Formats: sequence, structure tokens, C-alpha cells
Amino acid sequence: MISSSKRSPLTYLVHATVLFLVIIWTIPTAGLFISSIRDKDQLSVSGWWTALSTSEQRIVARAHEPKAQVQEGDLFVIRGNLLEGSAGEITKFGSSSLKPEAFVVGTVADLKKGKTLEVMENGDYVLSSPDEWKGSRGQRIFYTAEVPPRFTLDNYREVLSTEGLGQSFLNSLTVTIPATVIPILVAAFAAYALAWMRFPGRALFVAAVVGLLVVPLQMSLIPLLKSYNVIGEFFGVGSKTYIGIWLAHTGFGLPLAIYLLRNYIAGLPAEIIESARVDGASDFDIFRKIILPLSFPALASFAIFQFLWVWNDLLIAMVFLGNNEEHLVLTGQLRELLGSRGGNWEILTASAFITIIIPLCVFFSLQRYLVRGLLTGSVK
Amino acid sequence: MAQLASALMTMIVGILGCIVYFYGSNILLDKIFPTKTGSAQRVSRNLRIANGVRPWLFLGPAVLLLTFYLFYPVVDSIRLSFFDRTGDEFVGIANYVWLFGSDEFFESFRNNMLWLIVVPTASTFLGLVIASMTDRIWWGNIAKSLIFMPMAISFIGASVIWKFIYDFRSGGDAQIGLLNAVVVFFGGEPQNWITIPFWNNFFLMVILVWIQTGFAMVILSAALRGIPDETIEAAVLDGANGLQIFFKIMVPQIWGTIAVVWTTITILVLKVFDIVLAMTNGQWDTQVLANQMFDWMFRGGGDFGRGAVVAIVIMVLVIPIMVWNIRRANAEMEGR
Repeated sequence: MISSSKRSPLTYLVHATVLFLVIIWTIPTAGLFISSIRDKDQLSVSGWWTALSTSEQRIVARAHEPKAQVQEGDLFVIRGNLLEGSAGEITKFGSSSLKPEAFVVGTVADLKKGKTLEVMENGDYVLSSPDEWKGSRGQRIFYTAEVPPRFTLDNYREVLSTEGLGQSFLNSLTVTIPATVIPILVAAFAAYALAWMRFPGRALFVAAVVGLLVVPLQMSLIPLLKSYNVIGEFFGVGSKTYIGIWLAHTGFGLPLAIYLLRNYIAGLPAEIIESARVDGASDFDIFRKIILPLSFPALASFAIFQFLWVWNDLLIAMVFLGNNEEHLVLTGQLRELLGSRGGNWEILTASAFITIIIPLCVFFSLQRYLVRGLLTGSVK
Repeated sequence: MAQLASALMTMIVGILGCIVYFYGSNILLDKIFPTKTGSAQRVSRNLRIANGVRPWLFLGPAVLLLTFYLFYPVVDSIRLSFFDRTGDEFVGIANYVWLFGSDEFFESFRNNMLWLIVVPTASTFLGLVIASMTDRIWWGNIAKSLIFMPMAISFIGASVIWKFIYDFRSGGDAQIGLLNAVVVFFGGEPQNWITIPFWNNFFLMVILVWIQTGFAMVILSAALRGIPDETIEAAVLDGANGLQIFFKIMVPQIWGTIAVVWTTITILVLKVFDIVLAMTNGQWDTQVLANQMFDWMFRGGGDFGRGAVVAIVIMVLVIPIMVWNIRRANAEMEGR
């Protein structure tokens, strides 16, 4: 933009600063994604930035049960492999929880009563004893292993099935799609009326819409909750219904929708509309055949806004759809998990990624319309 | 599958309902007052009536929805603030007396003020700086797109992302939270960041700044590009350096846009609720008004009177911005 500063050292500084900021801004999301596809045992002991290096893990395993023993000479021997086919290298082992790293691999550890335990680097172990092994459970073996990085989709499989995220995903879609389409229809008609039709009180309506743009949601919640209880009781359906939340999102999204669309529609050339009127077209025809196709960009902008807003909303969903399992939307489910599975990062990261993936796809594919919408109506 | 089918069905019914209303009511109007046939006198009379009625057909659903979901609740919230927890018994100003006597309110009010000062300032400033820098480099659009990205992430998703960064492992274990890992790398002591009173507010604010900077950047970037080149060229000829051009020539020309960005983020901050709920739920002195209000709505079966009072405080804080917006919109309409 400023030609004089081109190719100066300042330009390199600008490149470096922007790069730095971009890294800061993307790292949190990147960390989340990388963590969500890591093995959960590795995730809980090492940072995601070490995902590509081998990690050291302390693990407890049980040897085979005594019935697997074979007699070799005068010794009773149990053989097996601790790693059971998975990759890795064992470095240290032990037989008690107090000293889990008492022995280096390859050495023979003396247990009590002449029993011995030997563990190899590849996980092979040999337990031997002069007497017969008794009991129903195998000997506990503690070991420390160098485990190579492992990536898996198991976390996603788990949250989608057992944690109920699959169901929530459907619920979110059920809430979002009508809650995006209905306000567009309602607002487009209203915006046309406010832009091109003559009737008393028009200016007052426009001012009211601008005023309602900034009314905090919090003001509406309690009275609406009361009204919903009464209405739900009247129809005998309870207060938490999909219809209820669609209309709530429609009501709260309308000011921005009307404002955005009115600005756009009012800016369309008057000649087109006047000449259609002269040709005898009614306002309904004009709206359907001229206004709607012409205002596609504005409609698309608002649709994206509303979609992101509804999909990402937590407050309205919690108040008007409730917290019971079969109605939880993704954001609500994520919040529940944050409470109940607070320390299980493999669950949380995978769940969070599932909740943000759809908005991110919408964002990156339709960014153009989003930016245009922001520029015409940056008030909400 | 059954859920998906029923969801699709309800969607189609809901959307069809809207379409049927608009088509149906307009066709009905044309049927009752036909304007294509009949005597000239009748046609002109019908035309007048139809033109008088039609705006209200177009506006009708919007007016009903706005009244029910925004206008009436605002009035009713004011009424409820003078009633007890169930909303049935008039208690005068008891709720207001309670509010101004409670430590919890002053804590959340103070925190809200902190949020109001820090978040809009930081987001607008960073947005402005990034916008002006990305306009000068060839990969600026990619950079902008990436910094804009958090805008698409829900507050609750962002909270999980940042909670992971602030994660704290006690006693010698390897830190898996990025912040503590960095602190340990530089030889510091790991901390449980979100439980440190006062400072934890700032760790929560970072999340909102992370989300909102992209918004500020996009708007301000467009405003910067709208600055006429001549003003900058003139400054260059007069020997102004880069910083002088930025602060003395460019920034003053986009004050209006900066104000819009600032107020937009301010309103968002007043409503912020999800982040506090997810990160701390108001513990360790991080309560804010919106979360407190939500809390009172459901605490012990819900106290509507006290919830409404907190909501009114939020509303009062918004009113100046609302008035300013309406004035600006009116000025724009007259200018057209």
C-alpha cells in the first residue's frame, strides 16, 4: 500500500510479525486436532507437540495365569510377551509398585522363594519357579517402555458412539437448518416492506429494528421461559420443543436479518422496481421475481451468520431445549462432557473437534459472503 | 435413522408452513380484492385497499415475532424485577436492595468492567495492527483467513481449546498444557492458571480476544483500503515516516469504523456467558453478570426476580450504545 516502504528492512519485520501472529492464532486449534487423533495413553502423559517422537510410558501388566505354566526340568516356567504385538521397546521393569523400575532389561530379577523374572527389550518375559505356580491370577509386572508415536481414530469412534455425540450431531442439525431458513423468509419480506413499500410508521419500524439489534438476550430469557411453560402446558407438549427453539432463534435473529437485508434491498436501483410497477406487477410479484434473485448475496451472508450463530449457541439451547440426553445439541453435550469427563482429554479434544468441524467447513468455503455480510451490517 | 427422518419431516413442515403463509395470504388478498378484472372504479378502489394491506402481510410475522421474543420480554423483565422468585408476589425494590448489597454482584460487576475495558481494546488494537500489516504482504489474504478462523468456533469449543492450553499437572509430571510447558521450558514454576484470583480473568479474556480480533481485522482492513491514496501520497511527499502515516493520516480517517467495531465487541462482551460457564462457572472470582443471571434463573429452582434484576443491569449498560446506533442509522437514512 505504501510504496516507499517496499523492500526495506521494515518489510521483513512485517513478514515476521504477521507469521508470528498467524502461528499464535492457529496453534490452539492445531493442538486440539493433533491431540484428538493421538493414542489416549500417550495423550495423557506427553504434550501434543511431542506427538511425532517416541514417548516413555510406565505400564502395569499381568503375566499369563498359572495354568499356562510348563515344566522344564525341575523348574515351572511361564513365558509370554508384554507388548503383545504392538511396537515399542522396554527399558526397565520391576515386580512391585514401590520399585517399578528396579531392573534393566536383560537382567534376571530375583523374586521371593527362588522365583525369577526376566524381561527382554522386545517384551518377552520368562517367569520361573522351583515350585508350581498357584492361584488364578498372573504375576504383576511393572515396566517402562519407549513407545513410538501412534495415531488413531479410536477417540472419535468412542465419542460418536458411547458418549452420545452422534445423537447430538443430529440434534444440532435439526435445530440449525430450520432456525436458519425461517428467519430468512420472514426477514426478507419485512425488509422489502421497509425498503420499498409506503405505509405509516415506516421510519419508526426501522428505528425499532436498529434498537432491538443490541437488546441483550438475557433480558428475554426469564419472561420467555415463563411464557413457554404456559404455552407448553396449554398444548400439553411441555416447554422444550424443537418448534420452540426454532422460533426463539428466529425471533433473536430477526433484527440483524431485517437490518442487513433492508440495507441491501434499499440499495437496489429504483428504476427496476418502478418499471415493474408500471407494468402492473404487484408487490408480491416484484418481491418474488426481482428482489429475491437480486439479493442473493445478502441472503447468503445472513444465512451464514445465522447458521454459525445457531450452531454455536449454547445459551438458547440450554434454556429452551433443556439438558436431557435426547435433546442435547453439540455445544450442550460438550459442556456436559467438560463437567463429567474433565480430565479425559482424548474425549474432550475429539468432541470439541466434532463440534467445530462443520462451522469451520462453512467458514472456509463461504468466507467471501461472510466478509461481505460483516461489512454491510457490523452492528450485532 | 428414525430421528433423522423425523427431524427432516419437522424441518420440511416448518419451512413449508412459512412459504404457505406468504403465498397463501398474498393470493388470498388478490382474490378478495381483484385488481386485474372489473370496472375501473372497482380496480382502483381494490388497488388502494390491497396496497394498504399488503405491507402488513409482509411485515406481520416479523412484527409478531419481534414483539413476542424481544419487545414484550424487555417490558416483562422490568416488571418481574419488582416481584419475588416465582414472579407472583410484588416485593417492591427488594431485589434491587439485595443486588446492591451483595458481594457477588460487585465481584461480577468489577469483572465485567475489566472485560469491557480489556477485550474491545485488545481486539480492536490487534485487529487494526494486523489489518494494516497484512495489506502490505503478498500472502496477506491467507494470514487474514487464518486469524479470522476462530470466529467460526463456538465459545464452548474455544473454551475447551484454551482449557487444554491452560492444563496443569501437579507434582513433577510432564505438563501437557502448552502454557505450562513453555513456562517449565524457561525454568518457571507451572501454575494452575485459571484458579489464580484476579489474573485468571485475563486468561479467560484471552479466549474472547482470540475470537474477536479476526472480526475487527476484517472490518478495519476494508476501511483502510477505502482511504484515498492521495492523502497518503501527500504525506509521503511531505516526508512522513510509516508510523506517522499510520497514526496521523490513516487512523483519523477511519475513526468512525473503529467506533463501530469497538461498540460491536462491547455488546458482545456484555453478553459473554459461555466462556465463564465452561472455564470456571464463576469460581475463583471470575463471575460475570451474564453468567450470574443464568445462575439465578435456575439456582434452587430459579429466582426470577433476582435474575431479572441482573438482566436489567446488563440492559442499562447497553442503552447508551443503543441510542448511539439509532441516531447513526437515522442520520444515514436522511443522508440517502
